Amino acid sequence: MNNDIIVMTYEVPADDFTRAGEASSSVKGKLKKMGVNPDIVRKVAIAMYEGEINMVIHAFGGTIDVIVSPEEIMMILKDQGPGIEDIELAMQAGYSTAPDNIRSLGFGAGMGLPNMKRYTDDMKIESILGVGTTVTMRVSM
Amino acid sequence: MTIKDIRDILMAELVVGEEWGDREVHTACGSDMMSDVLAFMKDQSVLLTGLCNLQVIRTCEMMDIICIVFVRGKLPDEAMIEMAKEKEIAILTSGHRMFSACGMLYEKGLRGGPDYK
Ligand SMILES: Nc1ncnc2c1ncn2[C@@H]1O[C@H](COP(=O)(O)OP(=O)(O)OP(=O)(O)O)[C@@H](O)[C@H]1O
Ligand SMILES: [Mg+2]
Repeated sequence: MNNDIIVMTYEVPADDFTRAGEASSSVKGKLKKMGVNPDIVRKVAIAMYEGEINMVIHAFGGTIDVIVSPEEIMMILKDQGPGIEDIELAMQAGYSTAPDNIRSLGFGAGMGLPNMKRYTDDMKIESILGVGTTVTMRVSM
Repeated sequence: MTIKDIRDILMAELVVGEEWGDREVHTACGSDMMSDVLAFMKDQSVLLTGLCNLQVIRTCEMMDIICIVFVRGKLPDEAMIEMAKEKEIAILTSGHRMFSACGMLYEKGLRGGPDYK
């Protein structure tokens, strides 16, 4: 790795469950190629994938920026979805508003946000009802 | 335990990954909920699941899981097979139900990870 700062930007399409995860997969591949430590690559991939799935199932897609610097990897996931009313509640393991059709697709255990917190060194959620949600996560190198 | 051992124990069919059959599997995870799987971080694992869609392959890709066992005879579609080949994830399909399949592997010495904290 050199000292450059690399920025990757992705559009996450709305309502396309089969394509959810493409951005995370691309980031994972690129980080691997850059020679980032495999444990860090995996943490970033899992956290980003959970966030990307949330953007598809709870919002209407959005954009993801990944900024790679020598010190850390920062992920900014931004959507214009319905927003989260009670962030503290949403962060609790097992809390989910996912409907049954999402559950039958393997999501809606209420573990995504807790996983994102667990796999990252820092996580911040900003959300305004009816406006959207921005999740910022950092993983230190 | 290798991927081929799992195939034999579960009387499963190896759908993807004949060439990776000798890879060693160290731990296992059984779930139909992908975020449950994503809460589990271990090296060289196998996932047993009754869920059969593209996000199962994606989840395993993110986790570096090396083998998937679909229980209850579930069969992956073309898109899943394609992605699994590309990501080097072996796929087995077994007629056993989840409980039995997990039990059979446990009996032969395969274990899950540590408790979730
Ligand atoms: N981007 C988002 N926009 C709106 N609401 C969200 C968003 N992300 C999460 N939420 C809300 O927070 C809840 C908890 O999210 P979390 O990811 O922990 O669980 P889940 O997505 O419901 O299930 P899982 O992640 O286990 O598949 C969701 O059910 C939803 O109500
Ligand atoms: Mg989620």
